[in-house]
Amino acid sequence: MSDSKPPLDPNLKALESEAIHIFREVAAEFERPVMLYSVGKDSSVLLHLARKAFFPGKIPFPLLHIDTGWKFSEMIAFRDRVVAQFDLDLRAHTNPRGKLENVTPFTHGSSVYTDIMKTQALREALDAGQYDAAFGGARRDEEASRAKERIYSFRTPDHRWDPRNQRPELWSVYNGMIGNGESVRAFPLSNWTEVDIWRYIQAETIPIVPLYFAAPRPVVERDGMLVLAADPRLPLQPDETIRREMVRFRTLGCFPLTGAIRSQATTLDDIIGELETATVSERQGRAIDRDQAGSMEKKKREGYF
Amino acid sequence: MTANAQAVSQTGSVADPAGHKARPLRLITCGSVDDGKSTLIGRLLWDTKAVKEDHADVLRRDHRGQQNDLGLPDFALLLDGLQAEREQGITIDVAYRYFSTDRRSFIVADTPGHEQYTRNMATGASTADLAVLLVDARVGLLEQTRRHATIACLMGIRQFVLAVNKIDLIDYDQTRFDEISATFRQFALSLGVTDVTPIPLSALLGENVVTPARKSMPWYGGPTLVNVLELATQRTAQTVGFRLPVQRVCRPDEGFRGYQGTVAGGSVKPGDSVVILPAGTVANVKQIVTFDLVRNAAVAGDAITLVLDRPVDVARGDMIASIDAAPATGRHFDARLVALSQDGINAGKHYWLKSSSRRQRVRVEPLTSLDLGSAQWKEADALPLNAIGTVRLSFDETAIFDPYETNRDTGAFILIDPDSNNTVAGGMVSARSTDIDGLEYGQDRDHVVIALPGDLADRLIASEAFAEMRDRADIRRVGAKQAATLLRSID
Ligand SMILES: Nc1nc2c(ncn2[C@@H]2O[C@H](COP(=O)(O)OP(=O)(O)O)[C@@H](O)[C@H]2O)c(=O)[nH]1
Repeated sequence: MSDSKPPLDPNLKALESEAIHIFREVAAEFERPVMLYSVGKDSSVLLHLARKAFFPGKIPFPLLHIDTGWKFSEMIAFRDRVVAQFDLDLRAHTNPRGKLENVTPFTHGSSVYTDIMKTQALREALDAGQYDAAFGGARRDEEASRAKERIYSFRTPDHRWDPRNQRPELWSVYNGMIGNGESVRAFPLSNWTEVDIWRYIQAETIPIVPLYFAAPRPVVERDGMLVLAADPRLPLQPDETIRREMVRFRTLGCFPLTGAIRSQATTLDDIIGELETATVSERQGRAIDRDQAGSMEKKKREGYF
Repeated sequence: MTANAQAVSQTGSVADPAGHKARPLRLITCGSVDDGKSTLIGRLLWDTKAVKEDHADVLRRDHRGQQNDLGLPDFALLLDGLQAEREQGITIDVAYRYFSTDRRSFIVADTPGHEQYTRNMATGASTADLAVLLVDARVGLLEQTRRHATIACLMGIRQFVLAVNKIDLIDYDQTRFDEISATFRQFALSLGVTDVTPIPLSALLGENVVTPARKSMPWYGGPTLVNVLELATQRTAQTVGFRLPVQRVCRPDEGFRGYQGTVAGGSVKPGDSVVILPAGTVANVKQIVTFDLVRNAAVAGDAITLVLDRPVDVARGDMIASIDAAPATGRHFDARLVALSQDGINAGKHYWLKSSSRRQRVRVEPLTSLDLGSAQWKEADALPLNAIGTVRLSFDETAIFDPYETNRDTGAFILIDPDSNNTVAGGMVSARSTDIDGLEYGQDRDHVVIALPGDLADRLIASEAFAEMRDRADIRRVGAKQAATLLRSID
């Protein structure tokens, strides 16, 4: 909060204002909003925007973290620091079936695991909190089915998304009217691109998990993916060896399912430079998107974010 | 990199090599089925390197063999995001695509061509700065082309590109191109649109899309599609009067009370006098608060928190506006509607109307409906799905609007069916409204007679605030004696 910060460029300013507008609109129209906080870069931007939107007041809703138990440990440490620093009301939820039935990404495969520990966990938590609106950090440039997502995305009482029957959304006039048990997912970052996110993080000096920056890290190569080998729970195959490589992450999720990329980008400038010449999409490192074309749409229909 | 892109990057700013600093241009593409819309957008994304390798790989893997003659992936498959669409081979919803050149970034609202999806087109057009209308060079203008141009124009788009596609299939025939262009220009003029750029192109071969095609079309010296997009202007709110639709009241403690919203026109600075509508209360701006600093001015588009100099009653849905250029208030407005729901829009039914942050009950009376074939407005008492019509809006409580022509934010609204909660229409308040409303804010009278000395009346009539209500006022110049008689009869 210094006066010396240079003003945002017109693009970032317009994106910021739009996001703040959406935050305020949802907060005013819904009774029990909640913000999904996944600790990643998009969530960090989302959180920053929420703080701006309600300033000088506090964020008038809680944050919800769906913790699968398999997140990178640096993510959890970062989360706890942020919660303390900004005095946030954060609620973490883990599907108890994970412990009871020992559901892991190794034993159950990525799609069953994702369904139980992410999609179902999210639905449980939303039901338990009786939330009627949930903010998410999804962007339309991420994936094909997201390109058709509305800013207010309507969900049935069992959290389903019907892509064929979405409400038309004109101008920036949002329809927040819902019936009993129905809810809305709101996406303030819909119109942002990956580069916008990074440029905004830089312009606003938003703290992010250090895993986004390249550093020498222990990794194993598995199914064409570089898996971080820092967690003792990662079972090694006989033919696998741990190597130290200069790597970073473009997205962060569960460590066994999120691949690192080889990179020398140790600063925000480096990362932005790398992106401008990138030839693969950011979700490329995510095992869950690769199962089949249309797999994100399927998960979204079932209630995934 | 194309020759064109190279030339740009030499002069482009080093600090912003990819044009990320300017607001993206928003465009909408419209065409009939098979005009080549998917091919064109795919070509734009491909030639500007917006398609990432892993996406291309998934396409290659899932659709082995489905490649076009150039060995590129089938562009249409690149775009159809939803499984239902892939199965049916058609586009059924609006999708937003991103690409950028060295000069600028772009958001394309990709909307389907089928007539039954007019509503999606209206959705995409509502935020677009420019429309690209596709025609097949072999076929020329279709009724569908006229329909799309009309809807785009109605939604406020004033810049058009006529993409005369598949020019390769008519041997790059200039005469044919000129014919189609002239016909369209003529039609556009009838809509009041003069900014039309016709471009002969081949989406399939990538000619005049991103790269110029001097070889095959030596007769064409105009811009490529991307050239036009790079130079197009963005829509801005034209109203000079300050508008702040209040989204929420921020009261973190007893000492602070701020009104939060996004400036929807004009600008504001501390010390400005404002009126709070619909109440009509007057106050001065004390402070503009944002997270970063206390600011000395805010302009249209800024999300701000406004602090006033006195305790006044302000709630969500109210509008804070400049005192000398306030929007119109009243119980009756005329508007144009696009009907978006299966049930259509029916006379006498009550709907919710949401405009900016204000939601209120409204009764809608359809007056006319646009026959897109003949471009005539015909009398109508209901508007079926996809119809465009004029309506009279009647409110139980005072409504606040600017004409859509002068302010898209405060002139646009949606209708919500209270039974289904669905968005059933998009509407634009028109500049012309035939009722005479109370000029006093918050009164429920239909007529107000104001007698003024001549010089004051002249100043009032010349003011901007009055100009906006000009068509609802009835002005008579009478002598003092006659005025006295008139007023006595009212008492
Ligand atoms: N020769 C030629 N064929 C084209 C051109 N543009 C599109 N096509 C073909 O026209 C057909 C319809 O194109 P498509 O993009 O699917 O049309 P849409 O229904 O408007 O999306 C496809 O077979 C394309 O390959 C062009 O510029 N030249």
